[in-house]
Amino acid sequence: MSSKIKKLALATAIAAVPMIAATTASAEGEKYILVSHAPDSDSWWNTIKNGIALAGEQMDVEVEYRNPPTGDLADMARIIDQAAASGPNGIITTLADPDILEGPIRAAVDAGIDVIIMNTGTPEKAREVGALMYVGQPEYDAGYAAGLRAKGDGIGSFLCVNHYIVQPSSQERCQGFADGLGVELGNQMIDAGQDPAEIKNRVLAYLSANPDTDAVLTLGPTSADPTLLALEENGMAGDIYFGTFDLGGEIVKGIKSGVIQWGIDQQPFLQAYLPVVVLTNYHRYGVLPGNNINSGPGFVTADGLGKIEEFAGEYR
Amino acid sequence: MSNAAQPTADSDERIKEISAFRNALIRPELGGIVGTIAVFTFFLLFAFDSGMFNSQGIMNWSIVSAQFMIIAVGACLLMIAGEFDLSVGSMIGFAGMMIAIFSVTYSWPVWIAILVTFVLCTAIGAFNGWIVVRTGLPSFIVTLAFLFILRGFTIFLPQVIERKTIIGGILDKAEGDWLAPVFGGKILKGLFTWMGDAGMIATFERGTKAGQPVVDGIPMLIVWALALILFGHVLLTKTKFGNWIFAAGGDPEAARNSGVPVNRVKILMFMFTAFCATVFAVCQVMEFGSAGADRGLLKEFEAIIAVVIGGALLTGGYGSVLGAALGALIFGVVQQGLFFAGVESSLFRVFLGVILLGAVILNTYIRRIITGER
Repeated sequence: MSSKIKKLALATAIAAVPMIAATTASAEGEKYILVSHAPDSDSWWNTIKNGIALAGEQMDVEVEYRNPPTGDLADMARIIDQAAASGPNGIITTLADPDILEGPIRAAVDAGIDVIIMNTGTPEKAREVGALMYVGQPEYDAGYAAGLRAKGDGIGSFLCVNHYIVQPSSQERCQGFADGLGVELGNQMIDAGQDPAEIKNRVLAYLSANPDTDAVLTLGPTSADPTLLALEENGMAGDIYFGTFDLGGEIVKGIKSGVIQWGIDQQPFLQAYLPVVVLTNYHRYGVLPGNNINSGPGFVTADGLGKIEEFAGEYR
Repeated sequence: MSNAAQPTADSDERIKEISAFRNALIRPELGGIVGTIAVFTFFLLFAFDSGMFNSQGIMNWSIVSAQFMIIAVGACLLMIAGEFDLSVGSMIGFAGMMIAIFSVTYSWPVWIAILVTFVLCTAIGAFNGWIVVRTGLPSFIVTLAFLFILRGFTIFLPQVIERKTIIGGILDKAEGDWLAPVFGGKILKGLFTWMGDAGMIATFERGTKAGQPVVDGIPMLIVWALALILFGHVLLTKTKFGNWIFAAGGDPEAARNSGVPVNRVKILMFMFTAFCATVFAVCQVMEFGSAGADRGLLKEFEAIIAVVIGGALLTGGYGSVLGAALGALIFGVVQQGLFFAGVESSLFRVFLGVILLGAVILNTYIRRIITGER
């Protein structure tokens, strides 16, 4: 009987060995950890992983990507604590909810670790928590810019398909867009959920209930792809004004075919790549850019898609 | 006629001889003990100098384990009483949101917000249990319904009231409150300052807290976890009510016939599970200062996993609170430790699955020893 238990313990240990072997090859140099708020299911962050991996390779530093599997921000705070405890040279993280993340980030800064805020957050907040800089796209401003652009194109009402309703920055995009247009957001934002079939049918239902809607705004591939299908199904594709955040294979195709007017690219690749480069050069040579870096918003339209098309979802 | 197997004269033939070793093996927490030793050995070998066993590292996995322990104690007692609660995760999100709405939106004093939330959530737990015992439906289905109902309200209410899904600013409201530190405070601060000064633990290198220890006390979360474990263990093993819990989950009909108030026991256990989830939520809200609609996602399964690793049977009537606590410790240490060991985070689930499977196989084996089934 005891031998069985021993075997069990042994089997557990053996099962774990390949995982240890599978760890990132340890470089001699600096170590940087990127902590995101994204759940495992969010494919958009794949570009971030590519960006940080390429930067690690080019700069010859050790890089790691960590995220809370379900997107639970309280779990993310623990991951930042954990990252700090393992003593890296730098931490690159998002500021998805300052209330929760400020404490752990400040503790990491105070413990002597250099921090760069990327993707979610603001330059002001980044300065407040003691980070070196902010690399990303201010979400409200990006939404506002998009709203102004749409207003110029004669838009007065819209549907914001929010597939990540629990994330405050996603609402800032919708709110910014509404403010840019100069209309009340009200119930023009719908909680679409993450399932493609649900998203598609909610868009169909909203548009049939509100046929006067001028425009559709989606917040990323997760909601844009099913929305494209919905518009094809109800015949509004190419007819209704369609703008989206972020790029992906289907979105680029949509822009090319004229169904989508523009995509707002915040360039996730740069958000992951630049902090590693900045940190490495700071640690090796003491050089540091004096300002925050805005990776977006950049409007991507049908003109000049070339490389964007080639690398959409990979580096764009 | 052969008398080879005849018991000796001075022993009772009705009592079967069980060796001390065998006796130790049928304890429900055996799997947990073996697992804990294995897991710590493993990480001491592979992740010793990674920061996992410095003061911050230890605090990190202790807090995560304590979180699991809090919900595992409730889930364990409920499972021994023969029921599940799948609404634990949603209850955590819901309870946190209620506190945020009461204290921030309605500006109630934080202690009232906390107490009202406790009453509200245990009442929902009681309602869960009442439906289960009244309708005879599987608790799996009833609490699955509440998983969605509570999560729905957790997203809907702040959307309607505040037009956002994360409500912050609770810490400002909790300033000077007498009840908030019971959930969000830290104890033994002096000891840790002394250890920091003595150079035994790491201190901050810069900033306003330079010189202070990085770990400056034991969070109340851990105190709550230990208190709940102690309470659950004593309740289960030292009281008449504890026997009722085993009886209700083992064979409810037989228990009813011998006068155990099975329905009352089950409803009380649903209330206790909800209470534990609320403790989790209040600690989280008081630590982080905000409540979000996505808090506690999938925590119900994490609680059940901890309980199962800890040796409780899914069919009820068997298990131990200490086992569940060890299960939670294993879960927390593995989850955080794989990071320190530098393992891809996606492989964490593979490892967890292997541990879960191993624990269940071991537990089944133990049950066969006890019941004698082949």
